[in-house]
Amino acid sequence: MTAFSPSRVAAMVTRYSYLLRGSWPRLLDLMYWPTVQLVTWGFIQRFVGQAAAAGGSGGRLAVGAGTLIGAVMLWDVLFRGQLGFTLSFLEEMHSRNIGNLFMSPLRPLEFVAAMMVMSLVRLALGVVPVTGLAVLFFGFNLWGLGVALGLFFANLILTSWSVGLVVSGFLLRNGLGAEELAWSFMFLLLPLSCVYYPVAVLPGWLQAVSWCLPPTYVFEGLRAALNDGVVRADLMAEAFAINLGLMALGTLAFLWFVRRSREAGTLLQMGE
Amino acid sequence: MQHPPTAGAAIALRSLTKRYGGHTAVDGLTLEIARGSVCGLLGGNGAGKTTTIGMIMGLILPTSGEARVLGADMATDRHRVLGRMNFESPYVDMPHRLTVRQNLDVFARLYGLKDRRARVAALAAQLSLDAFMDRPAGALSAGQKTRVALAKALLNSPDVLLLDEPTASLDPDTADWVRGLIEDDRRARGTTILLASHNMAEVERLCDRVVVMRTGRIVADGTVASLKARFGRDTLEQVFLDVARGTGNDSMEETAA
Repeated sequence: MTAFSPSRVAAMVTRYSYLLRGSWPRLLDLMYWPTVQLVTWGFIQRFVGQAAAAGGSGGRLAVGAGTLIGAVMLWDVLFRGQLGFTLSFLEEMHSRNIGNLFMSPLRPLEFVAAMMVMSLVRLALGVVPVTGLAVLFFGFNLWGLGVALGLFFANLILTSWSVGLVVSGFLLRNGLGAEELAWSFMFLLLPLSCVYYPVAVLPGWLQAVSWCLPPTYVFEGLRAALNDGVVRADLMAEAFAINLGLMALGTLAFLWFVRRSREAGTLLQMGE
Repeated sequence: MQHPPTAGAAIALRSLTKRYGGHTAVDGLTLEIARGSVCGLLGGNGAGKTTTIGMIMGLILPTSGEARVLGADMATDRHRVLGRMNFESPYVDMPHRLTVRQNLDVFARLYGLKDRRARVAALAAQLSLDAFMDRPAGALSAGQKTRVALAKALLNSPDVLLLDEPTASLDPDTADWVRGLIEDDRRARGTTILLASHNMAEVERLCDRVVVMRTGRIVADGTVASLKARFGRDTLEQVFLDVARGTGNDSMEETAA
């Protein structure tokens, strides 16, 4: 039996696509929150920008406000990327299908690959349409960032998968009682990775923590791109290096949790 | 035509032990199940049957000892043989929102079946699933779900089939029908089957050999006839009650040929 089979990955992607195609509320839900977020932050950006201009407080506040829409959409890539990954895993837990899957020829890393694909699919369905709305309602074109957007996206999605791997492994080992983690864990990164404000705002010791997180580099890079028109390749390279480490750690953690689950007998929910 | 058991063990357990903290669920189990045979695994609740099956599937790691299926160590090398095995258990389910057809299609893909549609159609006909192939799995009755789970278990025409209480919660008619299906599959393909069940009539009907467990150990092992003779009982149920209550002669162990 082959060590890694793309056809088994495709089988799992087919499984999730059957689910999405058969449930319009799920499709709607993918777009609902990103849209609400965009509209809310879009109007906040407009208000702050107008207030700054009227009050003569000038440039810095207005410029800072100008990055809010971009920041909220990239935050959604990070948050929805992880959620898209973990929700696929949760689907299996809710339907008590984990035992069937782990008893089939499907290998854990193929399962992970399928969840990565579904994370991208869910992002494409949920966040991409919202970028069109941003152009329509607020005149903000995220795609105008060009190459920088590709670098931002790659780094954010890698971070989201790393977190998704750890959260999914934790769910596997601890069961649905830990489900809340799937929804809440990423919010720990919201203040630390400086989504809506520069790293310089944080106290010194917290800045050191913040620079350990790849999204910090992305959001600093976003502000540099929007405010100064420069692509900070140095920031992206550093983020990528940290992300490689995080992906390796996330993968190892997931495999460790699988082993711990086999030791604890939790792959089959079958306590005699 | 009935296939005679072939040489060599399909399932071989050696000193298989599983401890959860201070609790020993399975205690030094040694057992060989011949290829092409049907072995019943009996025991009261907490006897260690399901943990044993979990270790045979490689879903539970033993604390010590080993479980081999078709020669593969299921703790370390299970992926070599998973494509030749399958199982059905009340402890797992299939995605509720997918239709029966979609579920079977996904598992057919996972097992790498060449002609998926034909195989699924054949199983649908064999297990009388046609009427609800396009219904969500979650909307089925218990009997229908069991038939779908059996279809999943037979998809890859497994050499080794593990069945954990396959007729639990079924009405007598459906249960009888399922037993007939298991018999037919064994006759047609010589499948090795390990059957955990609380239904003694089912075990008598299907099994060449019966292994009885209590507190993680094998306390009786033999053919139905030999166990009845050894315990001086008329029915397997009486034998089971003797063993479960510790009122029979527990020291009598026999390894089936």
